Amino acid sequence: MSTESEHHIGLPQYFSVFGALMALTGLTIWIAFQDFGWLNNVFAVGIAVIKATLVILWFMHLRYSSQLTKSLLLVSLFFFLLLVAFVFADTLTRGMLEITGRPPVIGG
Amino acid sequence: MNPGPGQKEQDMSSTAEHQTDAPPDYLNDGYGLRSWLLTTDHKRIAMLYLMSVTIFFMMGSFFAALIRAELVTPEGDLVTPDMYNRLFTMHGVIMVFLFLIPTIPAVFGNFFVPIMIGAKDLAMPRLNLASWYVFNVGAVLILYSIFAGGLDTGWTFYVPYSSSYSATNVVTAAVGIFIAGFASIMTGLNLMVTIHRMRAPGMTWFRLPLFVWANYATSIIILLGTPVVAITILMVGAERMFQLGIFDPAYGGDPILFQHLFWFYSHPAVYIMVLPAMGIQSELMAAFARKRIFGYRYVVYSSLGIAVLGFLVWGHHMYTSGQSAYAAAVFSILTMLVAVPSAVKTFNWTATLYRGSISFQTPMLYALAFMGLFLVGGLTGVMLGTLGIDVHVHDTYFVVAHFHYVMVGVTVSAFMGGLHYWWPKMTGRLYPSFPSKISAILVFLGFNLTFFPQFLLGFMGMPRRYHAYPVEDWQVLNVLSSAGATVLGVGFLLPAVYLTWSLFRGKRAPANPWGAVGLEWDIPSPPTKHNFEEDVVVTHEAYDYDARRDAIAAAAAAKQEADLV
Amino acid sequence: MSEAVQNSRLAHWYRSWEEQTESVTLAMWFFLVTEVMFFGGIFTAYLIYRAQNPEAFAAASHHLDIVMGGVNTAVLIGSSLTVVMSVWAAERGKQKALATWLFLTMLLGLTFLVIKYFEYSAKFEHNLVPGASFEFHDTRAGEHGYVDPSRARMFFHLYFFMTGLHALHMIIGLGIYGVLLFNTLKGKYSVRWHDPIPVAGLYWHFVDLVWIFLFPLLYLIGRH
Repeated sequence: MSTESEHHIGLPQYFSVFGALMALTGLTIWIAFQDFGWLNNVFAVGIAVIKATLVILWFMHLRYSSQLTKSLLLVSLFFFLLLVAFVFADTLTRGMLEITGRPPVIGG
Repeated sequence: MNPGPGQKEQDMSSTAEHQTDAPPDYLNDGYGLRSWLLTTDHKRIAMLYLMSVTIFFMMGSFFAALIRAELVTPEGDLVTPDMYNRLFTMHGVIMVFLFLIPTIPAVFGNFFVPIMIGAKDLAMPRLNLASWYVFNVGAVLILYSIFAGGLDTGWTFYVPYSSSYSATNVVTAAVGIFIAGFASIMTGLNLMVTIHRMRAPGMTWFRLPLFVWANYATSIIILLGTPVVAITILMVGAERMFQLGIFDPAYGGDPILFQHLFWFYSHPAVYIMVLPAMGIQSELMAAFARKRIFGYRYVVYSSLGIAVLGFLVWGHHMYTSGQSAYAAAVFSILTMLVAVPSAVKTFNWTATLYRGSISFQTPMLYALAFMGLFLVGGLTGVMLGTLGIDVHVHDTYFVVAHFHYVMVGVTVSAFMGGLHYWWPKMTGRLYPSFPSKISAILVFLGFNLTFFPQFLLGFMGMPRRYHAYPVEDWQVLNVLSSAGATVLGVGFLLPAVYLTWSLFRGKRAPANPWGAVGLEWDIPSPPTKHNFEEDVVVTHEAYDYDARRDAIAAAAAAKQEADLV
Repeated sequence: MSEAVQNSRLAHWYRSWEEQTESVTLAMWFFLVTEVMFFGGIFTAYLIYRAQNPEAFAAASHHLDIVMGGVNTAVLIGSSLTVVMSVWAAERGKQKALATWLFLTMLLGLTFLVIKYFEYSAKFEHNLVPGASFEFHDTRAGEHGYVDPSRARMFFHLYFFMTGLHALHMIIGLGIYGVLLFNTLKGKYSVRWHDPIPVAGLYWHFVDLVWIFLFPLLYLIGRH
């Protein structure tokens, strides 16, 4: 694995990724001080995802890794999102169907 | 006379039976405590794990015995309610975290996965040894929490009791479970990498024995699920120690969130317990019906299917918790799905028996017991997954009976079956057949006597985790259950006696005492340190009994011809 | 390095150098999968509670020092670069460069922790550490009005738990890199075999990745 990257990723590429990461960090801070409404959250998470993608593909060499390694990333993301989705499916629907009595009111 | 396994500093001069050019077996390859405690041989580590889990199984059984003793009478006359809470908690914690989850992968997976794929060891042998130490550190912490005042939250640690109100050693036990979970992850990691990267030439994925597939699917679950319960336990610990009340309703926390995070692991955890057992079952069925497993590919797909689907159904433990009725309904439907792959396996094992050449050796007795007990356990699982039924029987003995049918009837039966199947290979000794069959029968009878009445008790409304019960009529069934527990106990104690006896007095085992097909049966009993003296190249399917039969028939025919001439 | 010593780096249970490198690299990736699920549990709690208490979380987030958080983000990104450079140096057998980049990585990691220490101290001073002395005063003027201090405290439960867990991973990373640096100075790594360098690098990058998500989720809510 380490020998592959020797051939594919050169120093200029590494420094470009570093520059992009710094720039994106500055961008996300700037956006936080603007009022884009609900888009603020979208931008915050979206920029974080882009930064993460850069680190994973280039710094962690996933771009040049095996199919198995690439699928590991997707698998772990899938199961994390599964956990979040199902828990939200519970908390967001409490009070629906009105079957099990008065549901507890948690949070705001 | 060769020394028995694990004996210290032996005089090596009396090795007349060793051929000087044949390498020693792994038990005799180095003596002394250091050679065992610093070993990196996967087979020795498997035996170390076997020692540990046997001790923990006995401890867990001891607590079970006290529980059953208390429940013989309706009054709470043997122990106080607080003590009873500690008893069922420790029984659960020890059995789940120190026996059911680690055992089959860490003992039989460790020992046989490398051999079955034609490798010399696991991918990371030092990590393997480390995992045994980490496991024992976790276990010591858990056991310490018993002796330093006990733990009374139930093995499920529900908040807010565990985080705010319990005055017992929650943090110590939580840290112990965290550490033991880390050991589980280390084992799962090792097995995953080994199976991916170290298969011998020719050992393609679909030539792997089903036991290897079972460990693979189990490792997937271990890697994805264990970390979630680990962080959840840490959150409870943080609440107790640093007042970081993440589940505390006073700060907007949600105790049901704890249950979601806890069961996200703990439901797949039951598949960690069951999948390796099913892997053993496949091995036993093939060996004792002398036939390839029917529908090999479908058994593989069902193992992977269980691993994935098992992550989608955890809410069925929470139907009455206060989660939304909508979520409960969705989880109920998904739970129906997860029964399908298990059913596929059951049909395939049965079909394997059809027109097989069946012999009723002890491992087969356990495998047959597995079939019946899994049927009951699995179908009652479907019943419990049905939202409408569970609302009635949740937190009753119906649930207790169900999970004991699967955990003991499946996992422990398969463990015993595997132990009796692979004992000659692992130790090089044969055990006496008659006592072993008696104990298999005692286990089956005792088990059913213990747990079947509990289905009835649950349906009649007897709650679980109560030290006393208010209905006199329930006593008869409870007495039957406790009597059954005694028979079960004897059934489990007998192997401890005759298996230990066999280590010193048992007949030496040949390489293939059962006439089974598999790479582990092509090497000596016990195996040498490096498993294979020559590099393995695989050219045939797993369970290639047909080819074996053809070869034997051809040899017999050739002999006949030779005799006639 | 002598042939015998070099070949001793190939553990006997592997069939080839490639099998060894691939196995340990794959093992680290599998371990990172467990780390994703590990942090995933607490991220789940965070997402649920933030969705339920948006204003309280925004008000609480306002109390975090965005300068220290931003600088720490830059520090970690920089450390990911030094890690990448350490792998580059190891692949080419450049021992001095390797040692330098490993050292710089540790330095940046230590910087992160020092800044974190100052952040936590400030929280202590302002009574924002959950416990008996916790006091929350909403300093945000505007239309949101009263913010429930108990819900704001939940934000701090999550803040301390998540950043604390992250910092713990950082400390472990420093320990690992200390060992790598020590081994480099003893000449253990060569072009032929230097597996621990990229494998540890994967771990370090993961720690950076967690922070890439922690920073916006904790520091950048309700800044406008």
